[in-house]
Amino acid sequence: MENNFKEILTRYPEGSVENLIPILQDIQEAEGYLSEESVASVARYLDMPASKIYGEATFYNQFRFTPLGKYHVQVCCGTACHVLGAATVLEEIQKNIGVESGQTSKDGLFSLEVVACIGACGLAPVISVNGNFHAKVTGESIKEIMDNYRNQEKS
Amino acid sequence: MSFLINVNNKDIEAREGETILDSLNREGLNVPTLCHLKGKLPTGSCRMCVVEDINSGRLVAACASPVYEGMKIQTHSHRVVESRKMIVELLLSNHPDDCLYCVRNKNCELQDLSDELQVRERRIKGKKNNINLDRSSPSIVRDPDKCILCGRCVRVCEEVMGVSCIDFINRGSDSFVGPAFNKSLNTSSCVKCGQCIMVCPTGALSEKSHFPELISMLNNPEKTVVVQYAPAISVSLAEEFDMPAGVDITGIMNAALRKIGFNYVFDTTFTADLTIMEEAGELAERINEGGKLPMITSCCPGWIKFAEQFYPDMLPNLSTCKSPQQMMGAVIKSYWAEKSEVKPDDIYSVSVMPCTAKKFEAQREEMTSKGISDVDAVITTRELGQLIRMYGIDINSMAPETTDSPLGSRSSAGKLFAASGGVMEAAMRTAYYMITGEELLRFKIEALRGMDGSKEASVKIGDMNVNVAVVNGLANARKLMEKVKKGEKEYHFIEVMACPGGCINGGGQHIGASEDEIKARMKTLYDIDDKETVKVSHKNPEIVELYEKFLGKPMGKKSHELLHTDYFKREVLL
Amino acid sequence: MNTQYNDSVKEFLVNDVLRDFTDNSNDPDLLEKISELRHDKVDEPVIYVGAGTCGLGAGAGKTLEAVKNYIKEKGVSATVTETGCIGLCAVEPIMDVQLPGYNRVSFQNITSDRVEALLDEIFQYRVSSENLLGQFDTPGSKEWEGVKYLQEHPFFAPQKRLVLKNCGVVNPVDIKEYIARGGYKSYMKTLNLYSPLEVCEIIEKSGLRGRGGGGFPTGRKWKFANSEESDQKYLICNADEGDPGAFMDRAVIEGDPHRLIEGMAIGAYAIGATEAYVYIRAEYPLAIQRLEIAIEQARDYGLVGENIFETGVDFDIKIKKGAGAFVCGEETALIHSIEGRRGMPRPRPPFPTTIGLFGKPSVINNVETYANVSEILLKGPEWFASTGTENSKGTKVFALSGKIALTGLVEIPMGTTVREIVFDIAGGILDNRKFKAVQIGGPSGGCITEENLDIQIDYESLVNVGAMMGSGGLVVMDENTCMVDVAKFFMGFIQRESCGKCIPCREGTRRLLEILEGITSKPDGNDETETLDRFKGVMQIESLSRVIRDTSLCGLGQTAPNPVMSTHEKFRDEYEAHLYDRHCPAGVCQNLKVYKIDVDKCTGCTVCVKKCPVDAIIGSRKQPHFIVEDKCIGCGACYEACKFDAIEVV
Repeated sequence: MENNFKEILTRYPEGSVENLIPILQDIQEAEGYLSEESVASVARYLDMPASKIYGEATFYNQFRFTPLGKYHVQVCCGTACHVLGAATVLEEIQKNIGVESGQTSKDGLFSLEVVACIGACGLAPVISVNGNFHAKVTGESIKEIMDNYRNQEKS
Repeated sequence: MSFLINVNNKDIEAREGETILDSLNREGLNVPTLCHLKGKLPTGSCRMCVVEDINSGRLVAACASPVYEGMKIQTHSHRVVESRKMIVELLLSNHPDDCLYCVRNKNCELQDLSDELQVRERRIKGKKNNINLDRSSPSIVRDPDKCILCGRCVRVCEEVMGVSCIDFINRGSDSFVGPAFNKSLNTSSCVKCGQCIMVCPTGALSEKSHFPELISMLNNPEKTVVVQYAPAISVSLAEEFDMPAGVDITGIMNAALRKIGFNYVFDTTFTADLTIMEEAGELAERINEGGKLPMITSCCPGWIKFAEQFYPDMLPNLSTCKSPQQMMGAVIKSYWAEKSEVKPDDIYSVSVMPCTAKKFEAQREEMTSKGISDVDAVITTRELGQLIRMYGIDINSMAPETTDSPLGSRSSAGKLFAASGGVMEAAMRTAYYMITGEELLRFKIEALRGMDGSKEASVKIGDMNVNVAVVNGLANARKLMEKVKKGEKEYHFIEVMACPGGCINGGGQHIGASEDEIKARMKTLYDIDDKETVKVSHKNPEIVELYEKFLGKPMGKKSHELLHTDYFKREVLL
Repeated sequence: MNTQYNDSVKEFLVNDVLRDFTDNSNDPDLLEKISELRHDKVDEPVIYVGAGTCGLGAGAGKTLEAVKNYIKEKGVSATVTETGCIGLCAVEPIMDVQLPGYNRVSFQNITSDRVEALLDEIFQYRVSSENLLGQFDTPGSKEWEGVKYLQEHPFFAPQKRLVLKNCGVVNPVDIKEYIARGGYKSYMKTLNLYSPLEVCEIIEKSGLRGRGGGGFPTGRKWKFANSEESDQKYLICNADEGDPGAFMDRAVIEGDPHRLIEGMAIGAYAIGATEAYVYIRAEYPLAIQRLEIAIEQARDYGLVGENIFETGVDFDIKIKKGAGAFVCGEETALIHSIEGRRGMPRPRPPFPTTIGLFGKPSVINNVETYANVSEILLKGPEWFASTGTENSKGTKVFALSGKIALTGLVEIPMGTTVREIVFDIAGGILDNRKFKAVQIGGPSGGCITEENLDIQIDYESLVNVGAMMGSGGLVVMDENTCMVDVAKFFMGFIQRESCGKCIPCREGTRRLLEILEGITSKPDGNDETETLDRFKGVMQIESLSRVIRDTSLCGLGQTAPNPVMSTHEKFRDEYEAHLYDRHCPAGVCQNLKVYKIDVDKCTGCTVCVKKCPVDAIIGSRKQPHFIVEDKCIGCGACYEACKFDAIEVV
């Protein structure tokens, strides 16, 4: 990994703070996200505090700090889903995969995102995993759904 | 060039190139500010200081707009006041309603403004941010929900301290201030200096309190509760009680501490003298035996963490002496305990410091001996003020008392520790004596006094010119370290204090002091030095006795066990 | 062979065209060569496909493929050229065919399936009216009989194209064609005939004003920077076009990147800058790619680099990709972003012309502004100033979108009325519905209603009616548009994009948004104070807007309340309907929609009952059902599900 950043960094002069955004763009393109490790190496290379780099990166829409999981779970929190207990569903998923919205599970299997209405109110509460809808999910069915994906992974 | 501008229908003088705020302040006219930091470039972010520019009909920020000839402004027109009021109301719409419980209650700029502008109802409602409280640091508590994003802390951390531990994270209404990757302060590059607290207008940043444990110890009959206070406390505590800056209340403080219930009251100035004995000895040793130079002081814990993070290769340059606080802690639980026949285990050792980093220092593993920490609890000047108020003590009606002996006597050299340059002055006095066997003719080294961030002098000791440098504000330390690393100038001894001006302006001090008030504290220290008869550490009688009866000689075996320490490189995200 | 050809063309263009920049119209040999490079004279059929982002979105990629396949399969000898966007986005993909000796003809809606039939026909020298857009007036070529000229098309007729002149016509990444069409001549003329200060004066005299929003006189800005003493100065092009509904910068860069480069080169010379930056959105990959190619071509021709044409002038361009923050369109924020910092604005003065990028004097203009420059230097300031109104000279490009027949890009002389744009150029409102308003200037702008449709567009007139030029987004709204919803949309955008530095914008915009959300939705709980809060909120719209406008740090914040203020003033009845009647007159605000079941049509099949997420539908099987209004959240699931059209929105 380290070598990967190093190659990218050598494209830019050492200490050239004005190249921060291009460097971060290149790293994200190569790695899919900005890791603590990559930010630390950029900080050293540009002689710039990591807090400034993180502050800057979070300012822009483009950068993310966790890799997406193999299964990206989107929980709809539109009105209909909300009314029918999306909050419980969300809580259940968080418990099940052990991460909060915007994060990715340690094994890299799941990432979680809360989204606005995805236009499937009739199926509420609804979640989508890699674009596949799961309709009328409940706290109980979450376990089954997630286990299904886990089993797929094993076999 | 100067010209007249018209303010509220009266002409006042204004100077080319200055801001409206500069002109107004010189004339004693005030407009409210929240993000403004004196002497720093304006960011113009809070918009509280808007005034009406009659010529353009616009509201402009006084802190960032230059004056021009023929300018006409209204500082408190209806439009201006209503705008300011709404800005405050907007802030309040995203602010917790817990003033009564807030550490900054009655000492909060937002509270003051909302009172001044007569905000009497919550007109604007809406969703509030909810960001985790960060209590991870032993020194500083960070409550982002109370943060109004004025950015002062970010600027102080970067521009004054050269640490840049925190910055704005995210954008727009999701913004908050925090360390890289939103880590907790404890695992960040924060050096715990607390200067961010000093500039925070609200309760978003405050010191970590140790009150509950402290109070239970005070009420525990099994425990001998002892207290030490730093040289800077006696000249700044008075301001906590609305007395003028620079009043020295050592005696009253001693009395108050006893009244609170501390069994013994010691003065850290005593161990400042002890530090000087060790440090001067170490310097002499390094010079004579070709040790690593320049030697750099180690009494400031903010600086120590800074060096461990940013300059690990310079750790051999740091004096191995523990700080006066830790020396006192060590001496109390050894020499004094033995002498007073109290088991070290039964001593609860408290220190009052002008500093938040001292809370962190006391927790360092190296600052323990046989599993017992040298110092058990550290409270700041502010917290001592609270404690005195809490115990219902009227300091105006207290008769002064003296400290307990031993560990209570002091030289004025040790007292100088409170101001930037003081350690150096004190060290030179004793180093001169140690090397030449004679006393310096003139104790005062003017070049090392005052509020300048970076000072230098050359002191002739015997045949040798000793080059010394003094820096305060860690950003200045960074500059000096780069200079030293590049070999631009050779120094023998360097004093570093993290906070601008030294401990008298530490992160644990009274909030809201002006630069003049800091200077007043400094002046009192110099006055004490002028008046005191014992002006050198090596003449402090109890120090002499300590060496005779217990330690042996400076840099001796016992000293090494108790009074010296070592440092290690810290792996944090910089 | 190819390189040899290219080298000889380059030599010709550099030595005979660019170096002799004064007048070379009499040499027939030279004219012949130029005519070839302009593609006025072609030896074999040329097929042009509009391949801007909009075209590609409409399927131009597949069209292109189909054309190439056609040529291959039929063994036709023909050239295929990708062009930028001509502006008529509504009828993309657009394809032109130019047969040797004949005028180039343009066709609309040429999806891949139509390629074969069309080409079969035209290669027989026949054009049918279906899909026909019009013919170009190609110099020295035969006219197609009975085919209207493109400039007579109602969409193009009122336009005056300076900036968009080449867009959709030329191959954007062919510097030869650009030069053959008179490109870089202006730059040569500038370098050889004028001092930098003279250039500033010419631009000032022309009356050109910044096209990015503020409308500051460009020449004056350049003069400020010109007068600064500095070892380095910078010229910056703001191509961070982020307004929803604005895409003219993208179209110019995709369609004619050399025009931008030439304008910037002249600007850099005028202020004494040797380095220039184009700050462009990363979301515009095609524009970035074409600009990169164009810069390399210009470098190859010696038009970018050191000692340009031995004049001793240096000029270089770097591209900086934005990382997604609308506020970076603000000039001081943009500077911070290029410098590698958070893109937050700072107070002005000092203006960038004094202290700009890396602390050096810098000029920032947007793409369209620079794109005007070369023509001004070439034809003179008087020529430019002859178009437009008293205080707004030249033309302005607008991006038309919304409920109109023809969406796209147009360039009109300043002083054209809004009515002409909406009803003549854009073909009026779709489906003959009633016009309601035009939103000009994007999230910083305001709306223009029927009563102001006849104002002549210029910087001042728009401000006078509560809108602003902005970068030129023009969204047309009809009776089916809810103005509160529009205000909410823009407010939501600004709120997300506020940088968060100053309090009025950071906290104020979100409170304004919450107020608008409050009146366009129903509470989901039984909060008793909700109604009171909703009313109180609406009462604060005006004062809150005023404070945000008056006290915000930068232009983004100062103009943030405009859409709300403008709609609140002009469509108060709509606000009141939402507030008092809890009803959206345009039927847009989903949350306020009330669904009713027509008892005559309802069969009692109970499908809707099963779909309703909140059990708001009651009734027994085979009996008409009812919707409990208090429970209904307006999601529309029942409406979608009903097979008998028994559910209606009221």
